[in-house]
Amino acid sequence: MNTLQPVGADARLEIEIRRKSFEASRGGSIDVLHDLDFAVEQNEFACLIGPSGCGKTTTLRLLLGLDRDFEGRIKLPGAGEPRIGMVFQEPVLLPWRTVEENVRLALPKALHGRSLDHLFDALGLGKMRAFYPGELSLGLARRAALARALAIEPDLLVLDEPFVSLDEATAQQLRHLLLQVWSERPTTVLMVTHNLQEAIMLADRIIVLSPRPSHVVGSFLIRVPRQSRNAQVRSDILRSFHERFPTQL
Amino acid sequence: MSSFLLGTSSQGRTDKAAPGRNWGPLLTVAASIVVLAVAWQLTATLWPSRAFPPPLDVLRVMIRETASGEIPYHLAITLCRVAAAFLLAIVIGSAIGIFLGSHPRADRFLDPWVILSLNVPALVVIVLAYIWFGLNEVAAIGAVAFNKIPNVIVTMREGTRALDLRYADMAKVYRFGAFARLRHVLLPQLQPYLAAASRSGISLIWKIVLVVELLGRSNGVGFQINLYFQLFDVAAILAYTLAFVCVMLLIEILLVQPLEHASTRWRRRAT
Repeated sequence: MNTLQPVGADARLEIEIRRKSFEASRGGSIDVLHDLDFAVEQNEFACLIGPSGCGKTTTLRLLLGLDRDFEGRIKLPGAGEPRIGMVFQEPVLLPWRTVEENVRLALPKALHGRSLDHLFDALGLGKMRAFYPGELSLGLARRAALARALAIEPDLLVLDEPFVSLDEATAQQLRHLLLQVWSERPTTVLMVTHNLQEAIMLADRIIVLSPRPSHVVGSFLIRVPRQSRNAQVRSDILRSFHERFPTQL
Repeated sequence: MSSFLLGTSSQGRTDKAAPGRNWGPLLTVAASIVVLAVAWQLTATLWPSRAFPPPLDVLRVMIRETASGEIPYHLAITLCRVAAAFLLAIVIGSAIGIFLGSHPRADRFLDPWVILSLNVPALVVIVLAYIWFGLNEVAAIGAVAFNKIPNVIVTMREGTRALDLRYADMAKVYRFGAFARLRHVLLPQLQPYLAAASRSGISLIWKIVLVVELLGRSNGVGFQINLYFQLFDVAAILAYTLAFVCVMLLIEILLVQPLEHASTRWRRRAT
């Protein structure tokens, strides 16, 4: 008994999951999510943070429609069939298609044949369009995955730890690229991360989840504009985050 | 990253194909065939027998029968049967294999059927097909295809079990249509299994087609071989066999290998 209904006028992402459980291999069931409620406003950049195994990726799978076996309701932003741009933990590019083909295959009919020059250039992929994913470094493959998610002009951008297992310099470069492209065409973003520093750099709001069965412990609004978040400001934000959520990393 | 950019065009790509063709392996193959022919000629000269004609006699029969149109006619008939049985086996076997690979419960139920049909001797299937459906083309091609289908099922089932579900998730999120999913997600992943099934399929099928022709058709290479067996004409038997093997080799070189080459292009460029 779940509903996954896109509603026209309202551009918020609303998640109300009463219960999501998995069957254990030894019988019985494990509750992963319980009364998990939150919303992401239009063009808001929200980060979902929580302990390992608390069901962050499960939440994303539910809202992507990859798993429909749950109790509750998810309302996607955007009219009609909302477009969701997804960046998975791994790039998940088709190895037998070039970078450009990978991006073009994801385009909805309305955007077929659109020029991708600006996007590829903005992400530094201009010279990589004809490469196969196997020829790219992980950082470049991540950029290609980001290009694919942004090319469809998404109503909702979902990022599942998109910068994990990159060296810090590359990850930081990618974060800046993401912010730059996103600020050109803002859209609603939900990003899962383990990296609190990253969340403080990117997000308008950090949503903190409890251990399993997961629910929202609280949400932390960051009002400082991104361009003003220098090292000192970030460390102040981090301190006040820790004061509010002392058990979080 | 900068190493990618060295010497690349504006599209960022250079072909890695060698400028000149390497003839070494081809010469080795040619030398190997010549040595085989010479050894055959020597053996046939040292121990002359009607049952073991020298290669030149076989070649003479081959030329004579080709000129009279006999070899091309029977070869064409056999090739049509091979192609029809091959297509049937690959299409039906792949469909069942993919279904079983993605539906474990159906697979558990039908697995004994697959094992049973894997172990039914080809000859039994052929004889039963001729008895049940009569000595006709449908029975002949159906029997050959039936012999191959279980092998295709098993190979494609393995391929389907090995599918990477992340690509399916990605295709779902980005709303790929059914055709795009098949063409860009499913088939490229199944390609190595399809290639293996096709390769072993074609070599098995043409051998069984000859048996089918021998038992119940009035044309084709198998029928001719049976005819010359009655006449004890070993040179003609070898002539037909060689002609057929040559055609199958040509198919392998001109069709199968280039197709495989094209479909695995991305693998070679990836480092």
